[in-house]
Amino acid sequence: APVHLMADSLKKAKIVVLGDSGVGKSSFVHLICHRQVLTNPSWTVGCNVEVKVHEYGKALSTSQSYFLEFWDMGGSPAYKKGRSIFYSNTNGIILVYDRTNRKSHDHLPKWMSEFHCSQQGGASTSKTSKQGLGFFSDSRGSLAYDPESFADQGVPVMIVGTKGDCARSASLSSNITGAIEINLDCNSLSQLTFDSQQTTELNKFFDKVIEKRYFPSYHMVSGHL
Amino acid sequence: MVVGESEAVVAPGYGFGFVLDSTMMIITQALFFAFGWLFFMRKLFKYYEIHNVVIQLLFSVTITLSCTMFELIIFEIIGFLDSNSRYFHWHINLYLMLVVLIVIIPIYFAQQVVNAVRVVQRWKMGRFLPLAIWMLFVYFFWKIGDPFPILSTKHGIFSIEQLISRVGVIGVTLMAVLSGFGAVNAPYTYMTYFLRNVSENDIQGQEKRLHQTTDMIISKKKRIALAEKQSLAFEGESAAKQSGMRKVWNMFSGANPNSSENIGALQKEVGALEELAKQLYVEFVDMLLQKERVAYSKTFKGKYFDVLGHFFSIYCIYKIIICTVNIVFDRVGKVDPVTRGISITVNWIGLQVDVEFWSQHVSFILVGVIVVASIRGLLITFTKFFYAISSSKSSNVIVLCFAEIMGMYFVSSVLLMRMNMPEDYRVIITEVLGKELDFSFYHRWFDVIFLVSALSSIGVLYLVHEHTKDRKMSS
Repeated sequence: APVHLMADSLKKAKIVVLGDSGVGKSSFVHLICHRQVLTNPSWTVGCNVEVKVHEYGKALSTSQSYFLEFWDMGGSPAYKKGRSIFYSNTNGIILVYDRTNRKSHDHLPKWMSEFHCSQQGGASTSKTSKQGLGFFSDSRGSLAYDPESFADQGVPVMIVGTKGDCARSASLSSNITGAIEINLDCNSLSQLTFDSQQTTELNKFFDKVIEKRYFPSYHMVSGHL
Repeated sequence: MVVGESEAVVAPGYGFGFVLDSTMMIITQALFFAFGWLFFMRKLFKYYEIHNVVIQLLFSVTITLSCTMFELIIFEIIGFLDSNSRYFHWHINLYLMLVVLIVIIPIYFAQQVVNAVRVVQRWKMGRFLPLAIWMLFVYFFWKIGDPFPILSTKHGIFSIEQLISRVGVIGVTLMAVLSGFGAVNAPYTYMTYFLRNVSENDIQGQEKRLHQTTDMIISKKKRIALAEKQSLAFEGESAAKQSGMRKVWNMFSGANPNSSENIGALQKEVGALEELAKQLYVEFVDMLLQKERVAYSKTFKGKYFDVLGHFFSIYCIYKIIICTVNIVFDRVGKVDPVTRGISITVNWIGLQVDVEFWSQHVSFILVGVIVVASIRGLLITFTKFFYAISSSKSSNVIVLCFAEIMGMYFVSSVLLMRMNMPEDYRVIITEVLGKELDFSFYHRWFDVIFLVSALSSIGVLYLVHEHTKDRKMSS
C-alpha cells in the first residue's frame, strides 16, 4: 500500500520529553528514534518532534504498529511561558536528568508540576486546586509533591539519567513512584542492543503508554505498576 | 602603660591601634567573602552542580578585594580607623588584587580551557601550555598601554603604576560600554511609549500557526519513518536480488523502489518547516512577554517605572550632551559635584552652611550610593548573562572570565570615583594608585567610549524596534 495512506491509518501516542537545559533530551530522542548518535547537538528552541514506529505486543502473536511522537521541549527558563501550549493530549512523560549535575535531578518535580499546571488550564496556582493533583501541604506549609497519589491518576512516567560515561556521575534515585527509571549513555549505541536492560525497559514503557491510551481496561485489570 | 610606650618607640604609628584596625578589616573582609561565596552558590550556580571549589574561591576572593577597596574609600571619607592603617591596608589590598587579576585568574583560566580541549590531553607538552598562554596574555596586556599617553617610563617597568594604568584602561572601557548601553536601555525598557500593543487575537493566531506547522512536521516525519522502515525491510528481503550498482544508486538518491516516497525531498521540507517553527515560537514567546509588560504597565508599580523611565531618558540625553561638550571643548571638570553643589547652595541660594560638615556627609552618601548601585548592577547583569550563555560544560570558564572582568571594573571605578570626591579625599586614591597617573585621561577615555556605546545602542535598539514593528504589520 502507498505509504502516505498508511501514515494516516496508524494510530499514535504522544510522549513529552522534559528536563533542564543541556541534560541531553535531544540526544536521547535522536538515539531512540533514528538509532544514531547526534553529533552536533544545539540548543532546542521551542519544540522538536521526532517520530518512531513502535510494535506493540511484540511478545503476542498479533503485533500492531503505532506511531510514537516524542515532543522534545527546549528546557531553558526563558522559554517557559510558551511551553504549555504543547502539553495537551499527552499520553506519556519522559523526564531526563544529567547524572553529573545533581540539580537537574532535583528539578524533576518542578517539571512535573509545570506539566500539571498546564493541564489545569495554567491559571490556577492556589494550593487547594493543586491538592487534587497529588500536591499536599507539608510541615512547612509549602506545596510538596506527593508521588504516590500521582501514580494513580495519570500519565505513565519514565526517568532517564544521561551522561553516565562522564566522570563524577552518580546514580540518583528519585521519589516519583510508579516511574520506570533507566540510565542511558547517549554517546553510543552500545546500551541499546536488542536484549539490553535499557531496551527492555523502554519497550515496557512504550507498551504502557499505548495501553493507557487505547486499552485502558487492560491497565485497570493489571493494576498500577 | 609601660608596654604601650615601648611599642610606640619601636614602631611609630603601628601600635595597638593598628592591630585593632586590622582585626576590624579582617572581620569585614570575612563578611564580604561569605557574601561572594553565597552569591556564587545560590544565584549563579542555581542550575549547576559545583564540581570545582577553587573557582568559587577565586570568585569570592575577587569580590572580597573589590568590596574592601570601596570600604576603605568610605572609611577615608568618614575618617574611621587610623590613617596609617588605612594606607597599609590599601597597599596590601592593591597588591593582592593585581596578583589575582594578572597572575592567578589568567593562569587558572588557561588551564581550564586547555583541560577542556580533548586533543591536548594526550599531548605530553600540554602541561606547559597554560604557562605559554599566560605569557601571551601578559604580552598583550603590556601592549595595551602603548597607544595611550598614560605614563612615562620614568619609574621602570615593574612598578605598580604601570600595571594599574593598564588595568584601568581595560576597566574604564568596560564601564563606559556598560554605562552607555544601560543609559539607553533603561528608558527604552521602562517607558510605555515603546510598548507594542499585542491583542489576544494576535496571540491566538500565532499559536494556531505554531500548531499547524508542528502538525505538518509530524505528518512528514511519520511518512519518513514508515518509508525508512519499509526500505530496511525491503533491503533485508531482496538484498541478494539487486545488483550492487542499483543498491548504491538507491542509497544516494533516497528513492525507495518499494514506496512512492522520496525520503531526501521530505527531509528537506521538514528542515525548512522546523526553521519556520523555531521562528514562530520565538515570536510567540515575545508576544506573551509583551502582553505581560502591557498588563504590568497598568499597575501602580508599572506607572512608577514609566515616570522613572522619563527621568532616565532626560538624564541619558544630558549625559550624551555633556560628553560631547567635554570632548569637543577638551574640558575636564575640575570641581566635583559635591563641592559644586555646596558652592551653589552658599553663593546663589544664600544659605550659610558648614562647608566641611556637609561636604563630608554628602560625599559619603554619594559615594555610598554609587558603590552599592554599581556592585548590584554588575552582579545582576552578570547573572542574566550567565543564565543566557552558559551550559554545564562552559560554566566554570565563564565564571572565571566574569571574575576577571569584575576585578578590573571595580579597580577602574575607584579610579573614576576620584572625580566625584572633594579635593581632601582624593588624596588617598592619588597616593595609592600612583601620583604619576594621568587621571584626566581616563575621564576623557570614558567620555569617548560612553558616547560611542550610547549612540550605537540607540542605533541597534532603533533597528530592532522597527524590525519587530514591520513584522507585526505584515503578519
